[in-house]
Amino acid sequence: MEFRTDLMYTKTHEWIKDEGDFVTIGISDYAQDALGDLVFVNLPQEGDEVVMEEVFADVESVKAVSDIYSPVTGVVCEVNEELLDAPELINESAFDAWFIKVNEITDRADFMTAEEYEAFVAEEE
Amino acid sequence: MLIFEKSREGRGCSILPPCDVEVYEAAPEFSRQKPLHLPQMAEVDIERHYTQLAAKAHGVNDGFYPLGSCTMKYNPRVNEQTASMSKFTHVHPLQPLDTLQGSLQVLQETEKALNAITGMSRFTFQPAAGAHGEFTGLLLIKAYHLANGDTQRTKIIVPDSAHGTNPASAVMAGMSVINTASDERGCVDVEKLRQICEGEEGKEIAGLMLTNPNTAGLFDPNILEITEIIHGCGGQVYYDGANLNAIMGVARPGDMGFDCVHLNLHKTFSTPHGGGGPGAGPVGCKEHLAKFLPGLVTEEKDGKLVFVKPEQSLGEMKNFYGNFLVVVKALTYIKMLGAEGIAAASENAVLNANYMMAKLRDKYDIAFDTKICMHEFVMDLSRLLKETGVSAMDIAKGLLDHGIHPPTMYFPLTVHEALMVEPTETESRETLDEAIQVLEGLYDLAFSDPEALHDAPHTTPVSRLDEVGAARHPVLRYAFE
Repeated sequence: MEFRTDLMYTKTHEWIKDEGDFVTIGISDYAQDALGDLVFVNLPQEGDEVVMEEVFADVESVKAVSDIYSPVTGVVCEVNEELLDAPELINESAFDAWFIKVNEITDRADFMTAEEYEAFVAEEE
Repeated sequence: MLIFEKSREGRGCSILPPCDVEVYEAAPEFSRQKPLHLPQMAEVDIERHYTQLAAKAHGVNDGFYPLGSCTMKYNPRVNEQTASMSKFTHVHPLQPLDTLQGSLQVLQETEKALNAITGMSRFTFQPAAGAHGEFTGLLLIKAYHLANGDTQRTKIIVPDSAHGTNPASAVMAGMSVINTASDERGCVDVEKLRQICEGEEGKEIAGLMLTNPNTAGLFDPNILEITEIIHGCGGQVYYDGANLNAIMGVARPGDMGFDCVHLNLHKTFSTPHGGGGPGAGPVGCKEHLAKFLPGLVTEEKDGKLVFVKPEQSLGEMKNFYGNFLVVVKALTYIKMLGAEGIAAASENAVLNANYMMAKLRDKYDIAFDTKICMHEFVMDLSRLLKETGVSAMDIAKGLLDHGIHPPTMYFPLTVHEALMVEPTETESRETLDEAIQVLEGLYDLAFSDPEALHDAPHTTPVSRLDEVGAARHPVLRYAFE
């Protein structure tokens, strides 16, 4: 299980990368592993507003559909549409398979560092 | 081999009688230009094709089928006998009511029986399945709020242990969903519910959807408080009848404070289920919602039964009176059992589930273990997965090798590695003992030879299927040459 140290994490298992003008959001390696093989991804569209701690996407495995929560409030400026046809990219490399990029951020959740998140996951286990 | 692949040009059989009315030629713009791709086969080859398919399937007549929350009880033969009577099969929904009194009586008597079982006032038989019933019930609630001028009531509360169809039906009905987490016992978190209903959001609440007993097989001890909280903020409470088999003839949703319910005749009332359908998901409600019911309801007038349209009916959910012959089967079941038999069926369903749970507890972990369950229980295989690498999926596949249909897997979502077992009342102690023995054997096998379970099943017509591949790249149509 990988916990990349250049990223921040949420309790709902998303990762966030602060890139200055915008943030990039995806799901953690732990999350993809727990979900199992993903077969379908539902993403928002460019220009959609996302709200902190509210659902912005969902992923479906052969077991279940799971909601993905936004760690920030802002506007979607780019969507990784490649995931729509190839959800397996998330299983292959959760950190490269980003979901959306968000700018015009007005609010953000409390994030965890990789170290804190690793401890959080260990506790959840 | 698909039936299309067996088709040969020019073959056929005379299943259809010759046309005995004048042939009507439709206008060219409405008529089909290309012939239909119907398979061309001799009758004997069609028979063999479907007999072979049936042999590859597993139904409750083939073996134990403990599929949690689906109530796969045995469907008595007598149901089929009554539903095959020509007095029921040779009727037309548009023939004069004078000539349909018996059929109307079936609807009326079934409605009376279901009212007595659920504590409701009126039923519609239009909905053809459980989720269709949920959708209907939510439209009833919506119609009620709109009639009261409560246009802002657009939010439905759904617990996280609910069937996936609950939030889906709410969205279909144009409502938004508030998903609430269960408490540590797997029941509704009353405090969280109170916070929502007594807060700002309270006036936007259209209602709550609940299954009781819930999907973990637990009867919510706070049910009266829960329905009171929802009514307190002006909402309505919807009962998902998925788990009625645990309480019929013993406790009534109406007495718990529910305003409307749907029942699955194909679960609780022993009519064929799933692919063997069609189903029926009649919706019942209390008096204050009855004027919004869809379709027609039966009433007595001058000693005869007639159909009446409820005054503010929300419209039609299906043509005519739903799947009528399914209602005939359900009424047969109710009449065969009688009031005492109905309660005894639920008592035995609960007894069977507890018997299996008590025996399996030695090896398997039980989720939300409260010593006594209702008609079903959930095993949590997380520990087994961690210790042996054998998952709920592997155990489920292993069961297939023993002629047992797997329990419901990976549901409820609140339990990881869930196997949800619902034996129903129609299974003998010997059948339960055999299933317990098989499950114990698979547990031991997980430690001694996990690989054997990863590869299971070994004895079925096809072995482990590539479910991920099928979901990612589904082939949904036969490609004709």
